[in-house]
Amino acid sequence: MALKIEARRQISTRMLYMTPFIAVAATVVAGFFLFMMLGADPFEALYVFFISPLETKYGLSELGVKAAPLIMIAIGLALGYRANIWNIGAEGQLTLGAVCGGAVALAFWEEQGLYILPLMALAGMAGGAAYAAIPAFLKTKFNVNEILTSLMLTYVATLFLAVLVFGPLKDPMGFNFPQSRMFSDSATLPIIWEETRLHIGFVVALLAAVAGWVLLTRSIIGFQIRTLGSAPAAARYAGFDRTRLTWFCLMLTGALAGLAGTFEVAGPIGQLVPNISPGYGFTAIIVAFLGRLHPLGIIASGLLMALSYMGGENAQINLSLPQAVTGVFQGMLLFFLLASDFLVRYRVRRVKPLAEGV
Amino acid sequence: MIRPIDRRTFIVGGAAAGLTLASGALHRASAADPLKIGFIYVGPVGDFGWTHGHDLGRKAVEAKFGDLVKTTYVENVAEGPDAERVIRKLATDGNKLIFTTSFGYMEPTLKVAKAFPKVFFEHATGFKTAPNVAVYNSRFYEGRAVVGHLAGSLTKTGKIGYIASVPIPEVVMGINATAIWARKVRPDAEVKVVWINSWYDPGKEGDAAKALIDQGVDIITQHTDSPAPLQIAEQRGVLGVGQASDMKSFAPKAQLTAIVDEWGPYYIERAQAALDGTWKTSDTWHGLKEGFLSLAPYGDAVPAELRASADAIKAGIIDGSIHPFTGPIKDQKGEVKVADGAKLADGDLLGMNWYVEGVSA
Repeated sequence: MALKIEARRQISTRMLYMTPFIAVAATVVAGFFLFMMLGADPFEALYVFFISPLETKYGLSELGVKAAPLIMIAIGLALGYRANIWNIGAEGQLTLGAVCGGAVALAFWEEQGLYILPLMALAGMAGGAAYAAIPAFLKTKFNVNEILTSLMLTYVATLFLAVLVFGPLKDPMGFNFPQSRMFSDSATLPIIWEETRLHIGFVVALLAAVAGWVLLTRSIIGFQIRTLGSAPAAARYAGFDRTRLTWFCLMLTGALAGLAGTFEVAGPIGQLVPNISPGYGFTAIIVAFLGRLHPLGIIASGLLMALSYMGGENAQINLSLPQAVTGVFQGMLLFFLLASDFLVRYRVRRVKPLAEGV
Repeated sequence: MIRPIDRRTFIVGGAAAGLTLASGALHRASAADPLKIGFIYVGPVGDFGWTHGHDLGRKAVEAKFGDLVKTTYVENVAEGPDAERVIRKLATDGNKLIFTTSFGYMEPTLKVAKAFPKVFFEHATGFKTAPNVAVYNSRFYEGRAVVGHLAGSLTKTGKIGYIASVPIPEVVMGINATAIWARKVRPDAEVKVVWINSWYDPGKEGDAAKALIDQGVDIITQHTDSPAPLQIAEQRGVLGVGQASDMKSFAPKAQLTAIVDEWGPYYIERAQAALDGTWKTSDTWHGLKEGFLSLAPYGDAVPAELRASADAIKAGIIDGSIHPFTGPIKDQKGEVKVADGAKLADGDLLGMNWYVEGVSA
């Protein structure tokens, strides 16, 4: 007897949309046993992991703080991935956006005015887009793989940020420590929920998701993106301009990531420091896929990922569980998603080898 | 005679045990609540370096005070937007004394401290204090001077490798102390620096060690937190120096010594102050004399006469007769930065952004 994997003739659309829920359910079940093996009360552990972060006003607000950059970046990534354009370097574009937005904040350090924040946002988007333009140029001009270029540029961006905060943007009163001044009030994002860190960036992220959805489903360019991804030959036959779409997707992702970076430094951080993002640009890739590359699904998956980070912190504080649990949880989530995705598209069948039997 | 336990005795015994436990619990609840102490770490507790050192300090507090305290830690918290949330969570959860153990936690610590005026904060290696925020640091450079002496004496090629983390003054002064004291015994010694821009990244640290050894370095020193460079040194048959914790088990032959951080006594002192209600903000910068750092036992590669001279330097620093940054000290261009016989003041050390002669970075 042997097992054979074969493609299903008909793929159930409903099942395809169900897979994230199946994956979450399977993760919870596996988590139950994981916590049991770690010697914790599994009910309490699941409670601490998934419910306790949502119980307080502060916890809820932090969920938004953490999810905002993830959602914003994932929206852009998803549009690109739909068109088979693989931007892996959102982390670098975020960093450049933070640098440009932050530089504006520092340039207007002694000024006050409502114009400073929009100017920072524009600079951040321009910075992120300009940084994404490099892989776009290399891809369209020389057909260089954008996965490699965008990823490697991430490390360049981190070092560029380091050079700036160790050098020209360093706080003159800061004893040579590598960080900028704290931004002025005019360069700090307004808080939309009193006594929390929840800033206007969360609203912008939600608007970006809606805009992304409209763009993808209701516009010609959205149609072109979807066609390019699912039927490249048809797209070519229809005369869709691949070069133009590549530029569009990469610049859009770059701008959104750059905006997310600006919001991070103008919001929760409040200054330029050598480490701005705890890997938001990479986590957003998981968020995009967990949300089925669907702008509205990404809102849910962004919140879920944010929750898993905060749950991990609470599990450490309240249950003394190791930090690795968070990683294991996120890993299981992705594993179960890919596995159920696979099983929706393929099936495993027992077959009898011909030579056997009789 | 041993009586077999029948079911009834078992149940009665069990009930008795349960009652004892319950009354014990009641008793404990009625006693004063323990002082909750929180720690936030930049690396994993298993880094065997910096974070490991702080966690030993935490355990020392637990061992000293027992039921009087309850400690909690959160590891691997990136310096950035997450730090503030974790510190705030520790404060909300009732921790009355919170140690934030990395430089990048400075602003988040101050922000949370403002919102929790009754909670005491202790920030490692920063410079901004507040009525409820104290800072503490260790004069690591004193240990580096002894390390420089060992390295300068033992290097054959005259090239000493230095794997550096983030170019803040603390790291720069460590590099300079090593170079100054290596060149006292080996005037042509060169300290080759590789920056990895991270405090903990075993992969990058190991790669840096390999690159340095390929360039002719035969002694590896580091200001990063993992034992990876020492392991490479051990494999490649060169010598090295451990960082933050004794790393001898990773490199039994290669480790000359290690600069061992001793946070325990300070943590105990501050916890005691918090328990007594005498906690006040302060700015502590202690060294070998006060026991903030020590040197791990010398490895076999250090001959007896070198041990004696290294110990003499250590003793000199402790009794104050030796200051590691005593002039004449020249910078890389050969200009005299510290005049003959003068000692570099603490303020100048804390803002150090220049290299001494003999450093190639």
